[in-house]
Amino acid sequence: MKSVMKRAMQRVTNSETNKYTVIGFRVERAGPLAQLEDAGRFGMRRLGVTQGGPADLHGWAWANHLAGNPWGTAALEITFGGLTLVAERDLTLAVAGADLGATLDGQALPLWQRVQCCKGQRLAFAMPANGLRAYLAVAGGFAAEPVLGSVACVVREGLGGFDGRGSKLAEGDRLAVGEPSSAGASLNAAPDEVRIDYRAPARLSLLPGAQVGDFTGQSLFQAFNAAWCVDDRADRMGVRLTGPRLQCRVGSLVSEGIGLGAVQVPPDGQPIALLNDRQTIGGYPRLGALTPLAASRLAQCLPGQEVRMVAASSERALVAYRHFRANFIG
Amino acid sequence: MSGEGARLPRLESAGLDGWMVRLFDQIEESNLAWITPLTRRCEAAFGDALVDLVPSYTTLLVVFDPLRLSPEEARRRLLALLGDLAPDEQAEAGEVRELPTWYDERVGPDLARVAEHTGLSVEAVIDCHAGTLYRVFALGFAPGFAFMGLLDERLEVPRLATPRQRVPVNSVAIAGRQTAAYPTVTPGGWNLLGRTSARLFDRDREGFSLLAVGDRVRFVPVDRPAFEAQGGDTTPMKAGR
Repeated sequence: MKSVMKRAMQRVTNSETNKYTVIGFRVERAGPLAQLEDAGRFGMRRLGVTQGGPADLHGWAWANHLAGNPWGTAALEITFGGLTLVAERDLTLAVAGADLGATLDGQALPLWQRVQCCKGQRLAFAMPANGLRAYLAVAGGFAAEPVLGSVACVVREGLGGFDGRGSKLAEGDRLAVGEPSSAGASLNAAPDEVRIDYRAPARLSLLPGAQVGDFTGQSLFQAFNAAWCVDDRADRMGVRLTGPRLQCRVGSLVSEGIGLGAVQVPPDGQPIALLNDRQTIGGYPRLGALTPLAASRLAQCLPGQEVRMVAASSERALVAYRHFRANFIG
Repeated sequence: MSGEGARLPRLESAGLDGWMVRLFDQIEESNLAWITPLTRRCEAAFGDALVDLVPSYTTLLVVFDPLRLSPEEARRRLLALLGDLAPDEQAEAGEVRELPTWYDERVGPDLARVAEHTGLSVEAVIDCHAGTLYRVFALGFAPGFAFMGLLDERLEVPRLATPRQRVPVNSVAIAGRQTAAYPTVTPGGWNLLGRTSARLFDRDREGFSLLAVGDRVRFVPVDRPAFEAQGGDTTPMKAGR
């Protein structure tokens, strides 16, 4: 981690002239929320700086992979839709994650596969048809100056993104791209089994935490057997679930670090699953933590959708996570 | 919690990529003498497998890369570290940081209410707040936001019933037995006493945050000319907000 911080500092002190001059897209219409995300900002949480990064790691990783980019390359996270981009040059791209009714010059854009886009073509995202967040990767990646070691855009903190100030995309923005790697992509399209139907009932693997014993027996039963409804109070910080009121014998704790996917239960008994832009510390009792892939799955759920939490073992969760990551090695 | 599980320190699962090291069950300044060296030892012991560390009042959250270490392997490394952990008296000393602060109703709109609530005069509130050397227990809430304590118990006041939508940058505030200064504009429910001229979070500075866990902090009262000379922002808050 020391080296991460050192690299971040060098980048800050070296920040010279703007070298991000190769423009891939112009933003014609910004939509409610589109932002740049690399894997996230790490080694900074002790300063109160959150991790950011893609809310759906799965969709983000596949978009990059299909575009021929290595793990960690910056891609666009498009929430809900409403975004129209105009290509400023010929580009190789891939869109994965949610189906937001994407079109290229009015023709339906195939998802989960590599696509060629010509200068002047219009890439538009309409609204959610399946899932909530789409990921657009271009060969070579989107390019911006890292802030505190990452380009991950965290609007709340004013860090990262194309301008370094945590701004979401705005009309008229010109989006710089990097040089495609010579190796290129080995896979044209993602296999069917990784293309998730986000409308299907979501079963979210949760690793129970140490405070699980502080919940009443009935509440624990309900936590893992009830159907939970995704509330409209949901964003990149966290997703509130509504359902039976869970009771914990402990009201609040001394604030402590919170991991990705932690499911906390405030006094109103309605759980909140914490995502990438969560605050770094907090003091509500927790049921445990969703696995990284379960947190990603939840990030694709629309308000009103039903989800279930399933107690999982860390052994099985580790196998699933390593299996997922093995797709992107080499 | 009871029996075996209640013994400290202990490791608690914090997901696929994390362990919570629970060292204490009470907030004490002396906790830092143990948490600080453990933080350093984790950096050395985990190396590239370390993703992040989040020290707080009584705990250290250790986040590792699950591609490099299984939770079980990470647990064994942590147990080995805890087996011969020794307190660091140097950590007990900490850096001393001074935050020049203009205590004034125009930038500290809760001064009068805190005085009323505590039965102290406004001057006594200021003297009391500035007269304590605080420790940074944790950073969180926003980049560079340092939770400091312990506030003199005479100044203990609850948070606002309705948080402000916008707390100005560098506002100095108290709530419960804690004090803090806001590095960025955020909503906030703490009681505002004044404003500091210190630059609390700077992306172009090495280390980024002025304050780190374990630092000692003193708020130094300055008058308006001195505050302005140091670049302090004297823009008053709107009445009632």
